[in-house]
Amino acid sequence: MLEAIQIECQRGDQRLFHGIDLCLKGGELLFLQGKNGAGKTSLLRILCGLAMPVSGEIRWQGENIHRLRERFRGELCYLGHQNAIKDDLTPLENLMISTRLHDEAIDEDAALVALEQVGLAGRVELACRYLSQGQKRRVALSRLALEKRPLWILDEPFVALDAQANQWLSNVIGAHSERGGLTVLTSHQAIAIPAAEIRPLVLG
Amino acid sequence: MFSFIARIIARDLSLALRRPADLAAPLCFFLIVASLFAFGVGPEPELLRRLAPGILWVGALLSTLLSLPRMFADDFADGTLEQIALAPYPLGLAALGKAIAHWMISGLPLALISPILALQFDLPMDALVILFFSILIGTPALSGIGSIGAGLTLGLRGAAVLISLVVLPLYIPALILGAGAVDAVAHGLSPRPHLFLLAAFSTGSIVFAPWAAAAALKISLE
Repeated sequence: MLEAIQIECQRGDQRLFHGIDLCLKGGELLFLQGKNGAGKTSLLRILCGLAMPVSGEIRWQGENIHRLRERFRGELCYLGHQNAIKDDLTPLENLMISTRLHDEAIDEDAALVALEQVGLAGRVELACRYLSQGQKRRVALSRLALEKRPLWILDEPFVALDAQANQWLSNVIGAHSERGGLTVLTSHQAIAIPAAEIRPLVLG
Repeated sequence: MFSFIARIIARDLSLALRRPADLAAPLCFFLIVASLFAFGVGPEPELLRRLAPGILWVGALLSTLLSLPRMFADDFADGTLEQIALAPYPLGLAALGKAIAHWMISGLPLALISPILALQFDLPMDALVILFFSILIGTPALSGIGSIGAGLTLGLRGAAVLISLVVLPLYIPALILGAGAVDAVAHGLSPRPHLFLLAAFSTGSIVFAPWAAAAALKISLE
């Protein structure tokens, strides 16, 4: 269970939002909306503990995430609006390294299957610098195919994806919700994830 | 915990090997600085021998500075630093891994070529060996303390200049002890006190400085 209590966020002198309360249970999906600059990314970064709110606190299973530290981060999968992939490495190396950093040892076969699912089967040995924006996004998203951690926080996951990849991602998030996982995501498009219980929140 | 540090080191090394030019640049710089001094001071063996330890050590400090700004900057720019910060381990461990990797990429090669450069200064064999060991032992301190500077200046304009202002004064003990060890041999004294103190300084720096760097990184990431 992820709880936010009276969250207030400031950027410079400007107050982006205040008094945000939310409570997200297993199987639920928080669909965060708002115009550009409304503070969607800031709220996501506060939720995963990268940024501190001006006031208020975030709780995971009833405990403050800044007290849980590594125990909270071990349950969290965050995908920022940057892809967090290395241009010099191949998609396969990128996927292996990012899963290893998060303590999920996967073998190469599992990684190859995940990359095949996102439609990069013929590109696994090509340095990411030669991939298109959409393909880079797919490399970053391929982590989700193997991801078993309960809390997913995704910043604009559908950006730069084509219809097919869009469908794949919706299915993956749906399967995650069916397993009882929590998802927080932002998007400017409408999302269609039938399996999840969607709770919209509009900022600003 | 140790496997996490090892994974960070392995990652940074494999990234560094994809860009051999970035590896070679500080080494070439070291080579050129040391050679320029030899040309500038003139062919007087006695003078060259006296100046050698100081020149080579300053050269090593400056070459280390060249590679410092990129210690966290690339990871910061492409978002991987966020992912590292969200790994289920303290950020200090990641900074420690990155400092060790930085030493393997910059300090270790500097130590390895230093005896060859020292030949230009006509250093005797025993001083040559001590020079190699003093740079080998001393450079971990440079990477450790450097990680604080790299963390503090992350994402700032003119980071390279700021790093030198933050870090160079803190390098003074390593410089004094390292060059002092070689001087001691040249004067027929034992270099061991210098080397032991240098080893202590290095160990302390590489173990504790990354935690300060991690605190700086957290601020930069916000």
